[in-house]
Amino acid sequence: MPFVDASSAVAPPRSGPRPSRSLHRFANPGRFLRLSGAVLPWLAVPGLLLSVIGLAWGLFFAPADWQQGDAVRIMYVHVPSAWLASAGYVGLAVCSALSLVWRHPLADLAAVEIGPVGAGFTALCLITGSLWGKPMWGAWWVWDARLTSVLVLFFLYLGHIALVRAFDDPERGYRAGAILALVGAVDLPIIKFSVEWWNTLHQPSSITLTGAPTMSMTMLWPLFVAALGYTLLFAAIVLARTRAAVMERRIRGLLMAKASREAAP
Amino acid sequence: MTHLPFIAASYALGVLIPLLFGIAAFTRMGTARRRLAAIDPRAHRAGAVSGGAGPRHHRTRSGA
Repeated sequence: MPFVDASSAVAPPRSGPRPSRSLHRFANPGRFLRLSGAVLPWLAVPGLLLSVIGLAWGLFFAPADWQQGDAVRIMYVHVPSAWLASAGYVGLAVCSALSLVWRHPLADLAAVEIGPVGAGFTALCLITGSLWGKPMWGAWWVWDARLTSVLVLFFLYLGHIALVRAFDDPERGYRAGAILALVGAVDLPIIKFSVEWWNTLHQPSSITLTGAPTMSMTMLWPLFVAALGYTLLFAAIVLARTRAAVMERRIRGLLMAKASREAAP
Repeated sequence: MTHLPFIAASYALGVLIPLLFGIAAFTRMGTARRRLAAIDPRAHRAGAVSGGAGPRHHRTRSGA
């Protein structure tokens, strides 16, 4: 029986420009399984703890807003999920670029696994935004530039999920999904700057890179902790799903090799 | 607390959605690991040597 190396857990890299040695080393599935197995607990456990601390801090200990009252507490769920909706799509676009340029199957698998998680967090952002909008604006939904561009992001995630599974040949699905993900990345700056480019009902950014935050530090700290916790959890979930996908592909490879051995005369 | 139903619904979803994704991901990973350990010849070799149960991914070229 020919030796099946861990690196064949996914198909070998297809032809394309050679990535730098260090990048290629980390894209090796066997090395990825070892590294991700070591990193995963350090993402999952702090992510869970920080999320619980941040949400409890925001719900019970952070002050109510003088204008919005306690409804402002929805922010501690809404803002981290909104951040992860965009950050997840950045991850999807980066994996898609790596897949299209270097044609590495691990980037394909990571992109496929980011899609549903990103869609879940985008849905969470939209639903919590709606739950915040009803008491504050008097409407569950308005066709505001920020809300609409995030809805488009949600549809982009759904389109990616559907497209990568729409072909009999998975390689074609990965390729089509990668192109959609890269084209859809144009929505990210629209989401970011929509509150500046258009007169929106959604409030402008409270935290910017250049200016001081426009909210009290007693609200900012729990928000930061919740956002960090959610980010670590998101990374842990994507990493666990990608590890599972790599192992499942290796299982398929081994079963197919066994079947072809048994079928051979 | 004002607007309690809206806040409660938001926090319930904020806990439930990541939790469901997390449980699904780790369950799937555990299932894949167990299946791989059951059929991967290298897992049997590694288990015989070290007594470990999980699949190993050493880049040994010793052949099967």
